Amino acid sequence: MFNFKTNLGEAQFDNPIFTASGCAGSGRELSQFFELSELGAVVTKSIMLKPRSGRATPRMAETPSGMLNSIGLQGPGIDLFLEKDIPWLRDQGANIVVSIAGESVEDYAVLARKMRAVSGISALEVNISCPNVENRGQVFACHPQTARAAIEAVRRNIGGELPIIAKLTPDVTSIAAIAEEVVAAGADALALINTVLGMVIDTNTMRPKLAGKTGGLSGPAIRPIAVRAIYQVHEAMPHVKILGMGGVASGRDAFELILAGASAVSIGTATFGDPSAVIRIKNELQAELIAHGFDSLREAVGYAHRSEGNL
Amino acid sequence: MMGINKNATQMMAEIVSNKRVGAYNHIVFAVGDIASHAKPGNFVAIAVGGPNSAMVLRRAFAIYRTFDKGSNGGLLEIVVAPHGAGSTWLTNQLPGFKVDLIAPLGTAFGIPTEPVRALLVGGGYGSAPLFGLSEVLKNRGCRVDMVLGASTAMKIYAPLDGKRSVNSLTTVTEDGTTGITGKVTDVLADIIETNQIDIIYSCGPMGMLEAINVIAERLGVVHQCAIEEAMACGIGVCMTCVLPIRGEDGVVRMLRSCIDGPVVDGDSVIWGAKRVIPEGTWGAH
Repeated sequence: MFNFKTNLGEAQFDNPIFTASGCAGSGRELSQFFELSELGAVVTKSIMLKPRSGRATPRMAETPSGMLNSIGLQGPGIDLFLEKDIPWLRDQGANIVVSIAGESVEDYAVLARKMRAVSGISALEVNISCPNVENRGQVFACHPQTARAAIEAVRRNIGGELPIIAKLTPDVTSIAAIAEEVVAAGADALALINTVLGMVIDTNTMRPKLAGKTGGLSGPAIRPIAVRAIYQVHEAMPHVKILGMGGVASGRDAFELILAGASAVSIGTATFGDPSAVIRIKNELQAELIAHGFDSLREAVGYAHRSEGNL
Repeated sequence: MMGINKNATQMMAEIVSNKRVGAYNHIVFAVGDIASHAKPGNFVAIAVGGPNSAMVLRRAFAIYRTFDKGSNGGLLEIVVAPHGAGSTWLTNQLPGFKVDLIAPLGTAFGIPTEPVRALLVGGGYGSAPLFGLSEVLKNRGCRVDMVLGASTAMKIYAPLDGKRSVNSLTTVTEDGTTGITGKVTDVLADIIETNQIDIIYSCGPMGMLEAINVIAERLGVVHQCAIEEAMACGIGVCMTCVLPIRGEDGVVRMLRSCIDGPVVDGDSVIWGAKRVIPEGTWGAH
């Protein structure tokens, strides 16, 4: 009997395929195509303190094997989200990972306090790839001190055992160094990787295509960057669990991230092209693991790191 | 805020026919039961480029019309302008090929309960969904006038049987190759006043819809339009196809054109908001 179970910190999941933050709407839209309870977990959009209109359009440009987006974290704010979206997801029997995002260290602290009383949540993803309004709009996850401060604020305020997953950007000189900071600050697991900053210029208007000028690149185009980042962080801290993501579009791709060191895999852009991609990838991954002789998912995690002598 | 179309279904649909019509391709898919659920105004999202394609996003097309012949024979038709790599790929696929398709998606044109006098206005291939709408309106006893515009005659989509479904058809081209020379908005006010139009239904480029809305508001005519925003997913999860819309509570929100549209009330749209979030929009900062 194949064992598909996995864990991120103390949080247990029946299988390792999750949605990616910001790629599953409220969950209602995807539930038209499959049962949300079939997923390892639903990772919600990154929710902020207040309602957000998001950025102006155009927000999107398709790129070779990927897309650039600049949504600007459009959402209802934490209060409406907890009132409307969370009870509904709970009713679906979904395993829920709530993603939060702040504009200041204090925002992260307040969001964590609001989350501590919420029942039925498996883990908290802390998206620190956001501009810090108190530091000239510099992204928290780009600097060890601000990355640490945001995670510390959540750790201090969350209380109890809710595992914290820190989501990191690959747009840094050393992602392993940032990872070590946030783990020291109290993160139980890491989400790797967020989108990669990019730009598309419309050659007809001869201006940046997106209203926000830059955007986050996602899709298969960034998969090798995700594999590299996961491999480096797993090598530096093999005991820290990783939720891997970045351009996974098939079971083979998910398997690649697991070999690099991911214990679970989020599916993002692939869902835009195929709403049932998560279920297909889950089935393909299980077949892939069995075909390679694994009895459990856990045996395959980080398998690419074994020494040459074991070949 | 609305939810995803309750009837939306994903399937592999076989191309039954694919024919060049002027500047466009008319493509027919075998879709089974989907045909019985689609309403005029709904759209279809199709994966393009094949399984190893570098094009990772679906393409959205307004549904031209459907034929409900039960689960074996239901047909869905679209009209495609091959202007990008994805739409060009689709127009090159032959009958027998299967595509991954999701339909019906989005909102439909509102159909009045009373027989009214309706004016249907289409720009380019934006005329496609208006013919199915015209049939529904005619069956309700409505009078239907139609105005179609394009840059040139090749880009007017008006099949013979479609023409038969309307009481009058006026064509307008910018280069004068057919019909009146000019833009659709040049002829609207006359038709609205002469035929005492109660409601305008429109489909086409955003600039045209905005110009129609100005006329509709000035003359006090209800205006429903099917908007065209760039979409990544078509099913409400990517948040890229938003536009500012004023709700019944007076609050302007960035709503998804794939879920709360494509058909919206013209007077609820905050027009001309490309590259800016209108002041006072919910959650603007």
